[in-house]
Amino acid sequence: MGVSARVFIARDAGALAVGADDVAVALARAASRRGVALDITRTGSRGLYWLEPLLEVVTPAGRVAYGPVAPEDVEALVDAGIFDGGQHPLRLGLTEEIPWLKRQIRLTFARCGVIDPLSLDDYRAHGGYRALERALSLGTEAIIEEVVQSGLRGRGGAGFPTGIKWRTVSQTSGPQKYIVCNADEGDSGTFADRMLIEGDPFVLIEGITIAGIAVGATKGYVYIRSEYPHAVATLAAALAAARREGLLGRGVAGSAHAFDLELRVGAGAYVCGEETSLLDSLEGKRGIVRAKPPLPAHKGLFGCPTVINNVLSLASVPSILGHGAAAYRELGHGRSRGTMPIQLAGNVKYGGLFETAFGITLGELVDRVGGGTASGRPVRAVQVGGPLGAYFPRALFDTPFDYEAFAARDGLIGHGGIVVFDDSVDMAKQARFAMEFCALESCGKCTPCRIGSTRGVETLERIINGDNAEPNIALIEDLCHTMKFGSLCALGGFTPYPVMSALTYFPEDFRARPRRLVAAE
Amino acid sequence: MMPVYETWSAERTAEIIAQYVDQPGALLPILHGVQAAFGCIPEPAVPILADALNLSRAEVHGVVTFYHDFRREPPGRHVLKLCRAEACQAAGCDALAERAQAKLGVGLGDTTADERVTLRPTYCLGLCAVAPSAMFDDRVIGRLDAKRLDALLEETWA
Repeated sequence: MGVSARVFIARDAGALAVGADDVAVALARAASRRGVALDITRTGSRGLYWLEPLLEVVTPAGRVAYGPVAPEDVEALVDAGIFDGGQHPLRLGLTEEIPWLKRQIRLTFARCGVIDPLSLDDYRAHGGYRALERALSLGTEAIIEEVVQSGLRGRGGAGFPTGIKWRTVSQTSGPQKYIVCNADEGDSGTFADRMLIEGDPFVLIEGITIAGIAVGATKGYVYIRSEYPHAVATLAAALAAARREGLLGRGVAGSAHAFDLELRVGAGAYVCGEETSLLDSLEGKRGIVRAKPPLPAHKGLFGCPTVINNVLSLASVPSILGHGAAAYRELGHGRSRGTMPIQLAGNVKYGGLFETAFGITLGELVDRVGGGTASGRPVRAVQVGGPLGAYFPRALFDTPFDYEAFAARDGLIGHGGIVVFDDSVDMAKQARFAMEFCALESCGKCTPCRIGSTRGVETLERIINGDNAEPNIALIEDLCHTMKFGSLCALGGFTPYPVMSALTYFPEDFRARPRRLVAAE
Repeated sequence: MMPVYETWSAERTAEIIAQYVDQPGALLPILHGVQAAFGCIPEPAVPILADALNLSRAEVHGVVTFYHDFRREPPGRHVLKLCRAEACQAAGCDALAERAQAKLGVGLGDTTADERVTLRPTYCLGLCAVAPSAMFDDRVIGRLDAKRLDALLEETWA
């Protein structure tokens, strides 16, 4: 017959977790039984996770999507003629026309879910390595100026201007300089780093290489958490491919610049997402937070000048250099320029990655983009920015997604994760969890974090058991004040955000709890 | 896939050390290598590592105990990690964790007496849009529910 077809199925961990491999196997079998020569390309995820496993079929009109596909749907799908884009209840139309995707501004994630993540040819065919080419022609000063002008700020959460960091390192002399990429994405509700590394690793490698050339670093490290084995495997393979093609190593892309990049795997410590703790971990030590100054830009890894940036900051650089700083800066709101890959998670109907310009309101993200809760119950609270982020009630849903706007309301955007909770949530228990997590993950260097978190757990436990709520709430407020202003890093310093926001906006969950007798042990 | 661990040997430890020792900050890569081989960081490995890296035993012990990943005992034949972080909490992981503990008769972090399975809490697998999530040996699992959990626990007999 000679019939052939081409399909795309994600191999991203999020897609694998809901059965993408089984769908691929079932599809290959169904095609072979019908004599169809089927070419299956495994990609990253488009980030529309409620539709995963998503199957995309190449048609003359473009890619047609079907999803969410279960292995048992495959026979019926093939019978419906999906290889020609045939009708079926799971048919979603052209992928690019799915409103959830079409509404986004995908710069950093432009290729994620589109290309074969490990094909350099694919990457180049979709604009890859053009930014490096431009960077090499611009020269170091001009690269840094362009990043400064773009307004790009640290996407890990702190929001420090990326270009200023680069300039500091470039102006600091040292026998060796380093670029360190922080891929220790430990915040619950965030998965953008994982998705990008699994779906488009070369954009990260390109961004890090440009950073190296800009500041005069010849060596870089990517520190990925061990909870991400798929990302580790994909990046390792991508690094090997980049080295083979001369894109890393002695003369990067035929230039006079040397730059090599090494992958290091974390070991399950949340605090290592904090930049100085990460540096200690890379040096082979316990991940203990360092006092600043000295800044890592002056004395970072092994005491040398170091740029330490989040995955998303570095992966935004190729798009900025490729399209120019002005185009990036035009997008955004206030002092938050460009786009932010926002992640919708938890009890949410349409969960996934939504990259858009800063300025969209929290309510629009939760209700319109996210579609409310998956359980169908009312949204009661959303936690923005990971375990150190504040819980926002509906009353604050007019907050625009912007570093300063969230800070003004005692919250933070962090790494862009939004976790949705329905009305069954017990906010006093969430507050206790915030303290428990801080106690579990504290590096132990400073007292407010190390001791304060444990005292916080005990005190919240008393409140939950209805034991003297008022004086214990006063104690929690005092403790949070001490932790916020007395801790060395964001772990102890920001744990008060979820605790105090829960207490402020959901007081009914803390007060007037029935007294529960706790048996003496 | 179930991992198969080697029995402890100083020679094998020396081989692993030799593989990474020239890298700057080699201790973490070495510890990952040792644990991949033996399923844990065996106590006799600590002085060997300290000697190879010119560190004190206390420094190596400090690193081993600082990181949640490094264990002093090998795990059971299967490892079930349940995500316990906020996104999974919002999607109902508490009830699943209770169910798993009740069915296995062990707490989070413990191994069943027959060494069939180790149950571990984890704080975020990055599968927050398909929560609740878990990892069973090297397989990632999203949209976990009671039925799926029971099926996984059944698999631990294999």
